[in-house]
Amino acid sequence: MSDLVAAEDVLLFVNAAVTATGQREFRSSAAEQRFSLAFLHEYVRVNYRPVYAASLALDINDHNAALVIEQLLRTPEEAEPGEGRLIAARLAKLPPPRVYRLFRALRAAGVNNRRTRAIVRAWLAARPDPALDAVKYRSGLKAALRHVHGRLPDPETGDFLFAPGRRVRYENATLDAHRRAHYEQGALYELPFTVAEGFAAKHGVPRAVFLERIAPRMTRLEKLRTARAADLSVMPLTRLALFVLSLPFGERVERRAELTGALRAAARRTAGPYAGSWGRVAAVLDDSFSSSGSAVKRRRPLAVALGAHFLLEALAAPGAYTPLWTSGGDDPLLVRPYGPTPLGLRILDALDTGPDRLVIVSDGWDNAPPGLAGEVLRVWRTRLDPERRTSVVHLNPVYDAEGFDVRRLAPSVPAAGIRDAEDLAALVEIAQFAEGRTGFGELRAYLDRRVELFLRAAGEGAGR
Amino acid sequence: MTRIDLTGLDVRPAQVWGGVRIVPLVRNEPVPGLRLHRKVYEGRGAVDLPDRTAYTSYIPHGFVADWSGTGSGAESAAYGTRLGDGAGTRTGTPSGVPWGAPECVPVRRIHRMAKRRQGERRLRFLPLHLALEGYLALHFGGPSVVWDEWSREALRHGLSPRAEAAYAGWTVPGLAEALRVFELHPGQCGLLLYVADALAAAFVVPHPEDYRLLHPTLVEDLYGELVHQYAYYGGPVPEFTARIRDGAGGIRNLADLRAAAREQERAWAVAHDGLMARDLLETSYAFERVYRAGPFDLYRFLPPFERGGREQHIGEVITDRKGRTAYLKTFRLSEKQIRKGYLLHRLADCDWHLGRTAEALGTSYAEVVLRVRAAGLGALLDAHRVEERLRADRGKNGRIKEAE
Repeated sequence: MSDLVAAEDVLLFVNAAVTATGQREFRSSAAEQRFSLAFLHEYVRVNYRPVYAASLALDINDHNAALVIEQLLRTPEEAEPGEGRLIAARLAKLPPPRVYRLFRALRAAGVNNRRTRAIVRAWLAARPDPALDAVKYRSGLKAALRHVHGRLPDPETGDFLFAPGRRVRYENATLDAHRRAHYEQGALYELPFTVAEGFAAKHGVPRAVFLERIAPRMTRLEKLRTARAADLSVMPLTRLALFVLSLPFGERVERRAELTGALRAAARRTAGPYAGSWGRVAAVLDDSFSSSGSAVKRRRPLAVALGAHFLLEALAAPGAYTPLWTSGGDDPLLVRPYGPTPLGLRILDALDTGPDRLVIVSDGWDNAPPGLAGEVLRVWRTRLDPERRTSVVHLNPVYDAEGFDVRRLAPSVPAAGIRDAEDLAALVEIAQFAEGRTGFGELRAYLDRRVELFLRAAGEGAGR
Repeated sequence: MTRIDLTGLDVRPAQVWGGVRIVPLVRNEPVPGLRLHRKVYEGRGAVDLPDRTAYTSYIPHGFVADWSGTGSGAESAAYGTRLGDGAGTRTGTPSGVPWGAPECVPVRRIHRMAKRRQGERRLRFLPLHLALEGYLALHFGGPSVVWDEWSREALRHGLSPRAEAAYAGWTVPGLAEALRVFELHPGQCGLLLYVADALAAAFVVPHPEDYRLLHPTLVEDLYGELVHQYAYYGGPVPEFTARIRDGAGGIRNLADLRAAAREQERAWAVAHDGLMARDLLETSYAFERVYRAGPFDLYRFLPPFERGGREQHIGEVITDRKGRTAYLKTFRLSEKQIRKGYLLHRLADCDWHLGRTAEALGTSYAEVVLRVRAAGLGALLDAHRVEERLRADRGKNGRIKEAE
């Protein structure tokens, strides 16, 4: 019994850690989200410390990864062996701004134990270009170095950070560009985009001219964000879906072939060796009004559904895929968040096609009429398909702050949180544990396997 | 006509958020020939009255009813653009000069509350203003016969000042959030709004596109005291979740399951109309036609002011030739307001004679005086005369007791 409870607790936490970002959602405020999440983190950290650390190896989102690392470092007295390696491996995967923010949070909380210092120093030492970090994340780097009494990467960078007036010029090109950019317009095009942006404003460079000339220095995401002609063929699936949804209908129609092609390619890349291996697949995808997300997570649930659509198309056997949008639309490229969520009837339509797998991507609010989806799935499972020919999985992109989990449609249907459509296959795997038919032991074994894979991948990455 | 006719509007399952339940009303096809737009007033408004007085007011928003016919069906209800054009121009300025132009001073003159410009096939009016005016003007003139008990003030000026307090939508706890997360149905033309499962307001428009634009204005409308209190003290209401009976071989295949699911939708609509909206739909109202707009009639209606716990709404409605509702907006009266309306009606029936009113109500003179005072009309009574009469009654009663 306690075994099952433990397994449920862990899955609850994993669902939360995948979906929640502490930001406002369609139905709950940022404060509610953070409060709810803080409780969960503490609960799991105290009760299941090894599992809590192991969650770093799963596809939990960066916000929660940073929270987990912070919590682990704040409580060194409860530490378990092997945590350090997991933390280091995850830190290496996190985007640098988030890591610097985490270091700053540690500094604010007065966490400065030996393990923390070692981890922060190791991460700083592994940064490929300290001068670039000094320019781009100046205050973050300074705070981190001060906090852990770190050794300066090199004398020039040290002077740049802590004694900016000392040198007349720098040998390092980036540092020198930063110095010159104060009075020379040409120099700002040698700086990273975000830093150059400030200098461009200072010099009054017209935005169009600036974007044109800085283009080679922009990262992939920065190009996408400033609506420059980014190379869509290398974008990850969910990013791409978000980009498509941000375009007006007219442009989506005009660029239909290009956008569809990019989405299909991204989905195929994600599916990898599993492409075409899932047999007959039906998907119920939620494009109701609530999939518009919130001002800070704009159209995120809808983008996940759109990404999942293309991924499932790639995973299903050729021609054996049926997508069903709740609005009744059949053009995935022109979806928009509108209307109620009649999930129950859509699920019936999906079951009508006799699929091997049914995947539901929805925030779990079923309101036309409420609760019908759960009833349909329950009756289907108990009366019409007790021998489980069809496997049903519910993937939910929204964390429900009140319930400390993602909202479920029915107890008999495993639900898993999802943030990026790319993780769909892995999440379907986790979701099977949520059916309550497997115990804590198997879950631990699964986690151990994931941790091992994760650490090995990190080791290879570092070796390269 | 005596009842509200919601033919053509279908009920869809309710959506619940905290203590607020919103029941969408859906039309199969929009009402032809009538559109309703939103007009935004900025700043304060000033109303000219015939006797050269003016009152200033703050108006959150107004409606423009447009029955220009064939053309309007194809046009979309664009926010702000068509409304500023013509409908709000001052008489005397050439039409086409937009009222909302930035060079205008913030105080605007609004000539009448339901106003149609010469030659225009559209009408501007303020939501619920007609309805409230109907209620406030109940026997507004005061006593029709000069009885001693009424003060000179009452005879000269009537029931003045006439005022009722209401709450703006955004001060009703939870309402703004509920309206924000509500998911509109395709073809939705209205809603019934319940707070703590008491019907708070009904709102119907002719066209789904109008509804989409006007949905956010619900938070700017006014709601009765009762609604505010229910929202404030009431807990979350339960969701009526679907339940499929699957016992004893009832469902053998997918088709059975689908039929059962469809049945759930129908069951909801029947239960709702018979149970939750009964008082609104089955009460007979006193309708008064305010305006005739082509084939449409603009009415305001008053409830029968019956006591005994039934909910009472005042409101305004636009009906087509067959009496079907094209536009509807209601305001729920509080118990106190119902009592006041009831009392005013009774007084008027008896020519404002307090003694006869007491007889008609089957009660005593003192009781009627008490009721008049409780309704907030005490200042209209001539305190001296009333006291004299009460003393006389008491003396009479005393004598009767002695005789016994």
